[in-house]
Amino acid sequence: MSDPRIWRQLRRHKVAVASMVLFGVAAAVCFLAPWLTPYEFDAIDLSRIRQPPSRDHWLGTDDLGRDLWTRILFGGQISLLIGLISAAVGTGVGTLVGAVAGFFGGRTDALLMRLTDVAYSIPSLPLLIVLASFTQSAFMMIAVIIGLLSWMTTARVVRSEVLSIREMPYVEAARSVGARNRRIIWRHVLPNALGPIVVGGTLAVGNALIVESSLSYLGLGVQPPTPTWGNMLRDAQSTMATEPWLTIFPGLAILLVVLAVNFIGDGLQDALDPRVRSE
Amino acid sequence: MMLGISVIIFGIIQAAPGGPETMLLQSGRIVDPEVIEAYRVRLGLDQPVPVQYVRWLGAAATGDLGQSFARNRPVKDVIFEHLPASLELMGAAFVLAAIMALLLGVVSAVRQYSWIDHLGTGFSFAGIAMPVFWFGLILQLVFAVRLGWLPVSGRQTVGMNSFTDHAAHLVLPGIVLSLRYVAGWSRYLRSSMLGALRSDFVRTARAKGLSERRVVWVHALRNAMIPVVSVMALDTAGLFSGAIITETVFSWPGIGRLFVVAMTQRDYPVLMGILLLGSLMVILFNLVADLLYGWLDPRIRYE
Repeated sequence: MSDPRIWRQLRRHKVAVASMVLFGVAAAVCFLAPWLTPYEFDAIDLSRIRQPPSRDHWLGTDDLGRDLWTRILFGGQISLLIGLISAAVGTGVGTLVGAVAGFFGGRTDALLMRLTDVAYSIPSLPLLIVLASFTQSAFMMIAVIIGLLSWMTTARVVRSEVLSIREMPYVEAARSVGARNRRIIWRHVLPNALGPIVVGGTLAVGNALIVESSLSYLGLGVQPPTPTWGNMLRDAQSTMATEPWLTIFPGLAILLVVLAVNFIGDGLQDALDPRVRSE
Repeated sequence: MMLGISVIIFGIIQAAPGGPETMLLQSGRIVDPEVIEAYRVRLGLDQPVPVQYVRWLGAAATGDLGQSFARNRPVKDVIFEHLPASLELMGAAFVLAAIMALLLGVVSAVRQYSWIDHLGTGFSFAGIAMPVFWFGLILQLVFAVRLGWLPVSGRQTVGMNSFTDHAAHLVLPGIVLSLRYVAGWSRYLRSSMLGALRSDFVRTARAKGLSERRVVWVHALRNAMIPVVSVMALDTAGLFSGAIITETVFSWPGIGRLFVVAMTQRDYPVLMGILLLGSLMVILFNLVADLLYGWLDPRIRYE
């Protein structure tokens, strides 16, 4: 990852660079929201309900007179945090399972991969719906659950990487100087499998954002009054015909951020995969 | 395999707080603890958890999924009643996705870097980055609410039973459910076609003087389809998850919608039944993918 060639390669992927800027700006705007908007996300103003976009309310107001732009920014904080946390959880668990299975092989490998197959075969969205219903909709819990249901692909990818890495001469060398397994995995195996882990983790952020919004849409995600992009869309559905802006803008926010994350993942994949790297 | 899945599903549902009796309490109709105890005994909820599991598994193996708490009818009947609507929707989405992906994938590969290729790339990135339900809402807004061309939701207009009415209701949900698959499959097919078009057997076919159309649509496509078909089979099981969202957006009376309703009613036997069915589908289509792979590519043989 610290290889300067990777950064040089990544910079050549123009769309990925633009996406990084977009993602950075979006995150900054969301987290600086208190200083960027004169309104509170839950400030009800009954004299200004259901206003279309205007100079005072850039994206209009909802049926309680709350400013939509403000709510998108504050909702973005929660949505982005859920995306990042669950991607971290899923990638972490997947890496651990994949590394242990690939490194130790034998019975451990068989057992862990069987477990992965089983987890993979249960349709994840229905399971998520059931699990989310016990969480009392705390956003941390929802993030962790989304992560815990999306580790299987990472585990498989990491395992197959580790299988080839553990045969490398430098692993042999580390073993011959008496390094312990834990140290070999951390210092020698995982750093060399970092490429696919990083790419998978990036794409997981986008996926988690979509999953969060779907859960919230079904009424099982983070509950109002805390806004997230998903539950804003749920609220907007009933007034879609008369106040379409309430439906259009939160969805656009999801679309843009997920697009950006996916393009970043794409750029990283090109930059980290030596086979497609052009010098 | 199925055994592991059934343990997980059962365990998770068991861990769920508040059983059906809580729902009865909340409904305010029954408050007498004796009545509730009798109800629990009748449903077998007074037994220890492992006993409940073994009973449930034994019954499930013979096709009996238990009684629905909320509807007081066998789960099997409830599921089968909702299945045709879902299969219809999934079938329509599958056919639509396959046709669209085929056209888009082949044309983008044959005319690489043309406007249609760029359009396809943009479309699939957007298709994957969009929440399915939002795409559904936008289509409803444009085609049903604003333009009034198609019905907003449901499976048929009350009192009408014509084919065209039925078909009109199917259009929007079908498009919405197929979106993700068109996006994914057309990309796979594009890259696999690009590989096939550069291979030796395509050069040979051209050298034999075959028409370009035949070379592309028969020789190259047949080989390019091999990896795509197995991806398609694997994804088909996932249609089930997509159907939950799509059916909710369009109030489509299938098992996806049933699942969401059963969730709000805490109707665990129905939830378990649907989860089990969904897992069965995943395993089944995994098998189908393997078999298709061997059939399409004679070089692969399972011993």
